[in-house]
Amino acid sequence: MRRVLSFLPTLALAMFATAGMAADGPARTPVPAIEKAAAGTTCVAPTEVMRRDHMKFLKHQRDDTVHGGIRGAKFSLKGCIDCHASARTGSVASAPGDFCASCHAYAAVTIDCFECHTPKMRARTAALAASAAQGKP
Amino acid sequence: MNTPGTPSRPSRRAFLGAAAATGATGAVLLAPGIQLVEVAQAAAPNAASAGGPGATALPGANPRVRWGLLIDTTKCAPGCTDCVSACRTEHGLPEPKRRTDVQWIRKIEIKAIDTGRQGSLPVMCQHCAKPPCVDVCPTGASFKRADGVVLVDRHLCIGCRYCMMACPYKARSFVHEPVTDQKPDAPRGMGCVESCTLCVHRIDAGHMAGGGSTACAEACTKAGHGAILFGDLNDPHSEISRRVKEIRSTVLRADLRVEPGVHYLGL
Repeated sequence: MRRVLSFLPTLALAMFATAGMAADGPARTPVPAIEKAAAGTTCVAPTEVMRRDHMKFLKHQRDDTVHGGIRGAKFSLKGCIDCHASARTGSVASAPGDFCASCHAYAAVTIDCFECHTPKMRARTAALAASAAQGKP
Repeated sequence: MNTPGTPSRPSRRAFLGAAAATGATGAVLLAPGIQLVEVAQAAAPNAASAGGPGATALPGANPRVRWGLLIDTTKCAPGCTDCVSACRTEHGLPEPKRRTDVQWIRKIEIKAIDTGRQGSLPVMCQHCAKPPCVDVCPTGASFKRADGVVLVDRHLCIGCRYCMMACPYKARSFVHEPVTDQKPDAPRGMGCVESCTLCVHRIDAGHMAGGGSTACAEACTKAGHGAILFGDLNDPHSEISRRVKEIRSTVLRADLRVEPGVHYLGL
């Protein structure tokens, strides 16, 4: 049993390693192109844990935030968006290649978060608005 | 129970207990690739609020506090809608075009029939101590926080609009259209009921301790009217509770005994 289980992380790693190779050439199976997080940032949990459990973390945290008023805790959707927003769109789910959208489209899992929450990054939204205002004659 | 004579094997209870104890620092590795995340999370539900390791969380809703508003209708200028537009800007609400569009705060013009006195006042969610909207909500989406703020949890709201019928102040609105470009602090979407949140994101960020206020009160002060005062009704030293103690204030529809947190002067 243990021997079988020990394959699991290797398998998962292999799957996501091929995802990284997508840019090098056409692979046998289609894989999501995952955009890197903002440079110089560290995730709140290891990548393997986040890949598997991010939805659980966010779900537990949301009840504490909405009902208990506890904000700024370890797992926060705003925190995710700030680091993972695309450099191009400033968003995690506006364009098909954005961080959340690319993987969720690949896994065929609907994201409901952004029906209500904004997928756009806070700081960059402000910066984009400022640059747009400056760009106007 | 371990029977005497058996070799000491850790019981399931002891194992899970130990797992839960170490859970505060992260997930527990049961076997390669399998982690006991649920146990880890169950062990530390309040680690954030208790200032657990690595937590930078703010403490959350304080049950000793009762947030409220005192609205002086003698200072409220007829025709002025600064509080309404400030609320709209703060929460990213659209300009209302139809009768069914959302409004978290609205201005009402009043006239006393006997004396002819005219005035105006803003009406928003009254943040009742005994909120009828919470009583009728079938899913528990409508709830009252520990500090007296009445909110809608949009994760649970099914959009039945029962709370809108129950509210005697017409304070709640239903979002009929898809929403885009929400503010990060004010998530909102189609199919849910919503109302004034008493700027709960400001409360939770600790702005109120530094003399901060709600968006409407801030705008009213900025416009030079100073008709809206925000504060803690439970704190005997706060300005709002001192003024409520000195001057007779009224609440809207006191006969319903829902004990609103919004008080009015000069009605």
